[in-house]
Amino acid sequence: MNKYARNERYVAYVENKSPKAGWFESLFHAFLMGAAICCLGQMFSDIIRSFYPMMDLLTVGAWINIIVISLTIIMTALGVFDRLAKYGGAGTFIPISGFANSIASCAIEYKKEGLVFGIGSKMFFVAGPVLVNGVAYSLVVGIVYYIISLF
Amino acid sequence: MIKLGKQTYQLEKDISVVTGLSLVGQKEGDGPLKRYFDFVEKDDKMGEKTFEKGERHMFVKAISSAIKKSGFSNEQIDLYVGGDLMNQLVSSNYTAEELEIPFLGLYNACATMTESLIIGSTFLETGGLNNVICATGSHFSTAERQYRYPLEFGNQRQSYAQWTVTGVGASVLSSVKKSKVKIRKFTVGKVTDFGICDIANMGAAMAPAAMETLNAFFKDTNTTQKDYDLIATGDLGKLGSDIFKDLMQEKGYDLETNYIDCGHMIYNIDQDTLQGGSGAGCSAVVLNSYILNKLNTGEFKNVLLISTGALMSTTVNQQGDSIPCIAHLVLLEVE
Repeated sequence: MNKYARNERYVAYVENKSPKAGWFESLFHAFLMGAAICCLGQMFSDIIRSFYPMMDLLTVGAWINIIVISLTIIMTALGVFDRLAKYGGAGTFIPISGFANSIASCAIEYKKEGLVFGIGSKMFFVAGPVLVNGVAYSLVVGIVYYIISLF
Repeated sequence: MIKLGKQTYQLEKDISVVTGLSLVGQKEGDGPLKRYFDFVEKDDKMGEKTFEKGERHMFVKAISSAIKKSGFSNEQIDLYVGGDLMNQLVSSNYTAEELEIPFLGLYNACATMTESLIIGSTFLETGGLNNVICATGSHFSTAERQYRYPLEFGNQRQSYAQWTVTGVGASVLSSVKKSKVKIRKFTVGKVTDFGICDIANMGAAMAPAAMETLNAFFKDTNTTQKDYDLIATGDLGKLGSDIFKDLMQEKGYDLETNYIDCGHMIYNIDQDTLQGGSGAGCSAVVLNSYILNKLNTGEFKNVLLISTGALMSTTVNQQGDSIPCIAHLVLLEVE
């Protein structure tokens, strides 16, 4: 048997043998965690609006972001966030909390290599690809949207 | 030294494993083997500022204590062989600088322990020197940074992933000082790659290498699994050792009651390490605690240790290359 066929057979066998994450369970956990974070945001929004009823929604939104990001960074520093994320998966990663955690965890990890070449150059090690993809996809969506709006 | 078959060698001199010493982190110390370890360190930074310095400190402590335990002084040790998982073997290099023992740095990832024993005993066989120390180790926090993500980054591990063992194992080998446990034979493994590309699934990547080496040993020595009290693989984990058993069965060897995997046995199921332990320290600490203990008490008469190493680099892996793996085998016997 040649190597290529042997490897193909082995990879298929391993695929079959490896335990799969229960997708229903993962989805449910992500739903719970994502919902909890959104409810928290809504709660802060309601509190802020009860104190400052005249504040416009955009400003309230900015405050919510600041609060969620700060809470995430504090929890990351305390070593709690990675445990929540292990449970919640995409539920914790997709809201702005995931973005804040990816930057804060890199900053903590690479602090020892110094401010410039440690934190400075490696802070976006995980978040960088997310940003690049985000920008690239929005560009594509923007072009498509523009073309559709011509007709 | 006599060559048996294609890859196996028989040592003609009496090479004794004088002492084994194991130093582990708290997580390993909470596992099922806790009573066999010499040191369990509560602080995995060992009071240092960084995990890298902590790992180095673990090496120095383990090796110095092993030499002391064997009754030798540093000057009587002719050679230090070993390695770790860090790029450029930093932990071992700095340790060797501190210990001032002539040093050969080795890298075969998690198979470095048996590789060290092979190199060490071969040197002793030549007769030019008397005592060698073999030491390898790994550290969860330094390995995570080098191979994966920052520690506090919130992500989910794949259900088939493993957990890098924090610990250092050191064995003192001697051709002059006698002890019960001897190294008799060894098999030098071939690099084996069955096309696994997922760096989280190291057990599956390494299982074929272990199979090739053990199969070669059985063929070269004309023995089977029934001739040994214990067959231990290094760090295949639960999934990897199940695959390994399947692969061995295909070759006609039925591994059941006398087979263990060091990675699978080092943690309890509830310690959240998924498929179990991995890392250069894994087979090193299990050999220098549990296995040597059982050999010295006479519970086992002969043991095959097959350390398995995934020789991956994150750079070429991201370029789409699969993971080359290796496994070296050492036969330990009681007189």
